Amino acid sequence: MPKPAEVTSPSDREVRVTRRFNAPRQLVWDAHTKPELVARWQGYDGWDMPVCDMDVRVGGKYRWQWKNREDGTQFGFFGTFSEVDAPSRLTHAQYFDPGNLGGDMPVDEPCIVSLELNERDGVTTLVCNLAFASKEARDGAVSTGMTDGMEYSYTRLDDLCARKAA
Amino acid sequence: MNTSDRLDLTFAALADPTRRAILARLATGSASVQELAEPFAMSQPAISKHLKVLERAGLVSVDVDAQRRPRRLEPKRLQEAEDWIERYREIFEQNYQRLDALLDELKARPVKAKRRK
Repeated sequence: MPKPAEVTSPSDREVRVTRRFNAPRQLVWDAHTKPELVARWQGYDGWDMPVCDMDVRVGGKYRWQWKNREDGTQFGFFGTFSEVDAPSRLTHAQYFDPGNLGGDMPVDEPCIVSLELNERDGVTTLVCNLAFASKEARDGAVSTGMTDGMEYSYTRLDDLCARKAA
Repeated sequence: MNTSDRLDLTFAALADPTRRAILARLATGSASVQELAEPFAMSQPAISKHLKVLERAGLVSVDVDAQRRPRRLEPKRLQEAEDWIERYREIFEQNYQRLDALLDELKARPVKAKRRK
């Protein structure tokens, strides 16, 4: 099992996540850019991802939406790709779609998400930088219902892991 | 001051190697400005300036009653910053563990990835 993700805050508007994967860069890239693969891992336990549309090219748009399996609550993200340099760099402007979940994230200002992948000896290092429009947005992103949704679902995380292992 | 403003001060204070080294030193016990200045190639006023930033962020406090006014680490603010980071980390890590599983599956199946029914 790779080491857990490292998170730093390089400025009061940014969050940077670093994580290693025991896989070649091309596979990590595919898992981030092919909608049928993205839908398999990106999300929250207890939430389905009924919408995962991605047109991965410069100027292409994407839309992700999650729906709570129990109460039907929905929220998502959408945006536009500004940099697509396979298999190493992917940048997009991301907007929060609060659906009927709500939350503290501003809906009119994008977060610039940039992904950088580097491979060495079969291990891919991913650096994901989130540049928010303001420090309020940066702080709001974790205090929003999104994290409540996760906590809500933690209770079933063990079940899910057991099922996956089986 | 709200949590967000406090976090700004905390992260700004932590964004400097000398100040992090001062905190690491204080984690082993309180120390005077003079003692703190010793391991660094810095004047006492320069160290005092760094200490002011750390004090404003609530990361370090001064024992004004004691002789030589020793500085002490205040772990609460560090904990607050760590909790905030941890919430971000959990969101990503949960996703990335699912991604690990998917990548293992893709590696085992070198042909073009297809959605599993």
